Amino acid sequence: MRIRAQVAMVMNLDKCIGCHTCSVTCKQTWTNREGTEYVWFNNVETKPGIGYPKHYEDQDRWHGGWQLDGRGRLTLRSGGRLKRLTRIFANPDLPSIDDYYEPATFDKDILVSAPGGLNDTPVKRPHSALTGEPMAVEWGANWEDGLGGAHERADRDPNITRMPAEAAAKVRFEFEKTFMFHLPRICEHCLNPACVSACPSGAMYKREEDGIVLVDQNRCRGWRMCVSACPYKKVYVNHATGKAEKCTLCFPRIEAGQPTICSETCVGRLRYLGLVLYDEDAVLAAASVRDERDLLDAQRDVFCDPHDPAVRQAARDAGMPEEWVEAAKRSPVWRLISEYRIALPLHPEYRTLPMVWYVPPLSPVLDAAGAAGRDDTDADDVFHTIRDLRIPVEYLAELFTAGDADAAAGVLMKLAAMRSYMRARTLDGTVAQDLLDSIGMTAEQVESMYRLLAIAKYDERYVIPTAYSKDAAALEAQAAAPGGCSLDFEGGPGLPVDLTRGRS
Amino acid sequence: MNTVIWIVLPYLCLAVFVGGHVWRWRRDQFGWTTHTSQLLESRILRLGSPLFHLGAFGVIGGHAMGLLVPASVTAAVGIPEHLYHLTAVWGGTVAGVMLVAGLVLLIARRFVNGRVLRTTTPMDKVLYVALAAMVVLGMTATVAVNLLGDGYDYRETIAVWFRSVFWFSPRSDLMAGAPLVYQLHAIGGFLFLALWPFTRLVHVWSAPLAYLWRPYVVYRARRGSVPAAPPAPAAVRDATTRRNVSPAS
Repeated sequence: MRIRAQVAMVMNLDKCIGCHTCSVTCKQTWTNREGTEYVWFNNVETKPGIGYPKHYEDQDRWHGGWQLDGRGRLTLRSGGRLKRLTRIFANPDLPSIDDYYEPATFDKDILVSAPGGLNDTPVKRPHSALTGEPMAVEWGANWEDGLGGAHERADRDPNITRMPAEAAAKVRFEFEKTFMFHLPRICEHCLNPACVSACPSGAMYKREEDGIVLVDQNRCRGWRMCVSACPYKKVYVNHATGKAEKCTLCFPRIEAGQPTICSETCVGRLRYLGLVLYDEDAVLAAASVRDERDLLDAQRDVFCDPHDPAVRQAARDAGMPEEWVEAAKRSPVWRLISEYRIALPLHPEYRTLPMVWYVPPLSPVLDAAGAAGRDDTDADDVFHTIRDLRIPVEYLAELFTAGDADAAAGVLMKLAAMRSYMRARTLDGTVAQDLLDSIGMTAEQVESMYRLLAIAKYDERYVIPTAYSKDAAALEAQAAAPGGCSLDFEGGPGLPVDLTRGRS
Repeated sequence: MNTVIWIVLPYLCLAVFVGGHVWRWRRDQFGWTTHTSQLLESRILRLGSPLFHLGAFGVIGGHAMGLLVPASVTAAVGIPEHLYHLTAVWGGTVAGVMLVAGLVLLIARRFVNGRVLRTTTPMDKVLYVALAAMVVLGMTATVAVNLLGDGYDYRETIAVWFRSVFWFSPRSDLMAGAPLVYQLHAIGGFLFLALWPFTRLVHVWSAPLAYLWRPYVVYRARRGSVPAAPPAPAAVRDATTRRNVSPAS
């Protein structure tokens, strides 16, 4: 047993209104540079939809993530080491920029420099950021926002094509018959990262202390295997520097005990950040379980209970400071994933053991209960509605439980029961014991779960211990030299790229 | 003149080759990359890049065979001169044609596709011109002289001179009598080596063979100092409030 800590995230999809504040603040912080115009470390997708980049969830096409080979061993879906090196001259699985979108800019000068007395208002036109030529904007990272174009394309959402046929037939894209919810996505900072495993130069790594997956910009040689190996397509090529870049989980902020920019600025306050303790030695076995539907439980089993004295001692023995052990105990992420068991991983079937989990959206469920003439405060009615939805629970199951509709419905039932319980408790002052029994939780648990989800205080959403270093010399260096940013390397986000290159 | 071209120039170029790499490696890890543009254009690249690279492997291997292995060695091993010649000429021609086809596709790709053209640096253009010149000279030597022409036994002159450079007893006299196209190719070759460390060709030295033996997931301890914790938002807010509230003095 080798205990490590991971800074992990949970997003409560019920609260996401699709405002894109996370995407915008992330872009301003990290990717507002030449070469990364098309890059969104954080993007918000409308589901159902084909996503960004297009159809990224279709692994038959992109060969991202892991699979089991004939002998049950875990291998990268795009092939083993030798095969990867034979494809290094032209990567057949690499998305083109058109699978993301062609970034555009506007000649805003024309608005300022237009002569007076024109009969027509001057119009700024879009120009390609890649070629400088005028272009038509025909796609974007959030093109499908609010189901834009869904009637034409969304039925090709890979989650729908994989659903059981009778469930897929229930999905409609007509006005007043359809459904949608938002899915904010960042790098999953996986326990078993396919990108790291596919990097030929060993430039990508997972940090021992906090599990953040990073690209060493000095060691990346631009073999672009990480981009295609990541099933979530969350590693990007900077076409100006020729190197890979990805979400850093805002590590300079995390190290200082602050939440990531996307979390800090989240208007819906739906993101949670905290530690999860896990056993590194158990990762490979968990990722290799035969049945895809067992991956959820297998990954939960990799996590260690921070309340267990033996685990706490093992963490201390592994060099974790007391602040971290305490933070693990208070972690909202641990509570949502392992105690209440209402958070689910995105696409566990990719076998990367992702570490950004989601509380599935319940809101369309309650709407549906009302629409079906049922009582959305009655537990039985709500439970029945969950399996009888316009938004099929099978769709959520494709996203979060490798198609296991019962597991997805179980989470929705907990959320529905919590609402009914709290309504009875607040309005009538009664304790609905039958509801608690039906989901196997205590009153205390449900009420603290309610507090974490609904009240969601800043200090309870983000429990982030400050960085530590096993290296005492590094600590002294810190004392000697405050300030100084680890991002001030040439071409990094700290410097404009033009300073670092001579380009025509 | 012979001394300058066949002794001074090679050593100068080799010094730049070695020194340039050391300088670049220490100074510019961030720029040490293949500078992939497959994201921007992949249709032509999928054909051109493998052709170019595999052709280049063949060409480099052929040069190593021709220049580094003395004729006496192949004779001692029992390879007849005729067989050697056939292998060298036909192998060299096939590899060369692949290289040329790949290079033509890759250069065309740079001009046909506006996106790729935009990311092409001046050094890329210099490199393409140099590569094209070298390939034209080399193919002329192989195809025009050895395949179609009377042939020229470079193993007795050029190869001996080339090796003598590395033994530090350069024999410039051997090169003086070589055909012009061979002379130009040899001079170009050394100039090309001098250009190498300043182009994207440095990625050759990062060929990721170690990947074959490495464990899949790489873990690394965090390096560097721990940043000082910035003030809590509440503290910032309160400080601002106090400033605003305090009366101007």
